[in-house]
Amino acid sequence: MNLHEYQAKNLFKKYGIPTTKGKLLTHSSQLDDILDTLGEENLVIKAQVHTGGRGKAGGVVLTKNKKEAKEVTNRLLGSRLVTYQTSKEGQPINSLYIEKPCEFDKQLYLAFLVDRSSQRITIMTSSEGGVEIEEVAKNDPKKIKKNKINPVVGIMPYQCREIAFDLGLDDHQVKQMIPLLQNMYKMFLENDLSLIEVNPLVITKQGDLVCLDGKIQVDNSALFRHKKLNEIRDETQEDARELQAEKMQLNYVSLDGNIGCMVNGAGLAMATMDLIKTYGGEPANFLDVGGSTNEQRVIEAFRIILSDKKVNGILINIFGGIVRCDVIANGIIAAVEKMNMNIPLVVRLEGTNAKEGLELIRNSGLNIKEEQDLDKATKKIIELTKGN
Amino acid sequence: MSILLDKNTKIMCQGMTGTQGTFHTQKALEYGTNMVCGVVPKKRGLTHLGLPMYNSVRCGIDLTGANASIIYVPAPFCKDSIIEAAENGIELIVCITEGVPVKDMLEAKAAVDANGARLIGPNCPGVITPGIGKMGIMPAQIHEVGSVGIVSRSGTLTYEAVNQSTLAGLGQSTCVGIGGDPIPGSDFIDMLKLFQEDEQTKSIVMIGEIGGTKEEQAAEYIKKHITKPIVSYIAGVTAPKGKRMGHAGAIIDGGSGKAEDKYKALEAAGVTTVKTITHIKDALLEVNKK
Repeated sequence: MNLHEYQAKNLFKKYGIPTTKGKLLTHSSQLDDILDTLGEENLVIKAQVHTGGRGKAGGVVLTKNKKEAKEVTNRLLGSRLVTYQTSKEGQPINSLYIEKPCEFDKQLYLAFLVDRSSQRITIMTSSEGGVEIEEVAKNDPKKIKKNKINPVVGIMPYQCREIAFDLGLDDHQVKQMIPLLQNMYKMFLENDLSLIEVNPLVITKQGDLVCLDGKIQVDNSALFRHKKLNEIRDETQEDARELQAEKMQLNYVSLDGNIGCMVNGAGLAMATMDLIKTYGGEPANFLDVGGSTNEQRVIEAFRIILSDKKVNGILINIFGGIVRCDVIANGIIAAVEKMNMNIPLVVRLEGTNAKEGLELIRNSGLNIKEEQDLDKATKKIIELTKGN
Repeated sequence: MSILLDKNTKIMCQGMTGTQGTFHTQKALEYGTNMVCGVVPKKRGLTHLGLPMYNSVRCGIDLTGANASIIYVPAPFCKDSIIEAAENGIELIVCITEGVPVKDMLEAKAAVDANGARLIGPNCPGVITPGIGKMGIMPAQIHEVGSVGIVSRSGTLTYEAVNQSTLAGLGQSTCVGIGGDPIPGSDFIDMLKLFQEDEQTKSIVMIGEIGGTKEEQAAEYIKKHITKPIVSYIAGVTAPKGKRMGHAGAIIDGGSGKAEDKYKALEAAGVTTVKTITHIKDALLEVNKK
């Protein structure tokens, strides 16, 4: 789960981490009040969307006066922002964060994240902030420093000093950096975060460290123990179909093709997409119905797949382990009858009670093709959906 | 001999009285697995599925000599259960539970390593040695005693590979699902090492997925240390890049996480790769001919 910049900055403040003071706007009528507080001249208006690359895409705008602030607010609010990281439709802008511009001498990069290969929470820093960090990683990897934290003893003062010295900070800033890093680590742990990215962390004209931006990701598996974070989740930033799927404990990602897929297991779902593509078809989605699926979930899975109008045929691929194939077959038959489906359907069943399941489908009298061999099933759905 | 799970393995189950624990322990017993007891706090003195129940891992070990544990406890309590097993001297811990918070795993893994234990999972199908027993949720009936060692990050893909090696008439020595979580207890290299040393294993199937660099690291290891033939498939050649926020994840992992790069690394290490999951059987027959 992602947080908005303003939510990240609120969390920074709670942990005593220096950041900018701004105001949140969710309706244009709030602008006058905000201008009264912050002043009318020289403001930064930032679109609150779950994506990077906002600045270049026009989602961060400097305004000189009230007229400009009004104009920018009206233009951004309610529109969608398309950046190099979003889909073609972009992300909806439902709120803006307005703050005073911060004059700075230098921009740095700071991130906390879980490094999978060393299995450690890792602090990543660079003296080259304010730019796309993947460019720095590509062109000048030596400018990125990594410090791993031992989970048993936590963040050590020497590590904070090392980072501060590597970034070329002066004595005054080193003194600010040590608690900043310690508090951030505390915040990372206490909120079960999987990413904090501050780009840029700036050195102001006055010589102080300030987090000018903040991206925060929360570990979804840990949301059960963070009710407050769960409450501020902004579902408008997420794909509606994917969100609905998640609520039904289905794992769904929409793609550009025409062949709908329903598979048990994430790995097998990916392998099924690969197979469709290898044989010249285009998958419309990734959908993992999970290991312990039932009729209700099969129906819900069909509903989600069919809500994508590009879909003109569905391949169902189930390897029955704990799930019995005859149970799945009954679920499929019930769903097809209930939903009056009339597009081609190919069902591949293998594993526990596969023969019985295939038998049920064959005898259902419905227009469903059954197949035990995955290669043949894939070729069949491609053939049936061609030219439709 | 097989790896991890053999005739000397005595297995306890933590969280045996829940729905999952009960169902899969029943299946394990039907398969002839050497289950010795269940551990669920406050259930001491009871029996469940004919097995004695104990309050703690320590009691279970003292009274039954258990040296392995299979964990089905709910995600919020897994960290505690894993550490309890590790600190009491359990050698093999298999955690099936899905959705364990990453922070919990960072801490649990550190405790497992400090105690010299081995953890498989979480979020995995578990371990099966055909003919000996199973610690996990895989369908036992598709397995056959044989010579192929299988290691995979995904559950149902493991079953595909098992099915095909059975159809090929080769059977399996041991099959291990290491799970797809960010912090797994064991990775490919740990299992490859064991398969290389295992006499029963003649060839290996390794099934990877897009993301991370575990497959590339395995390729490096294979180049230097593995002499047995390996067949490998990587799922997700056509998968789209997930929507991401920030980029630190991709950078820290290094590499691209792309299937093509993983294939390239594995091929350079002499691994036989297949581009579709349905061709594992043919590739296995081919490498076993040589």
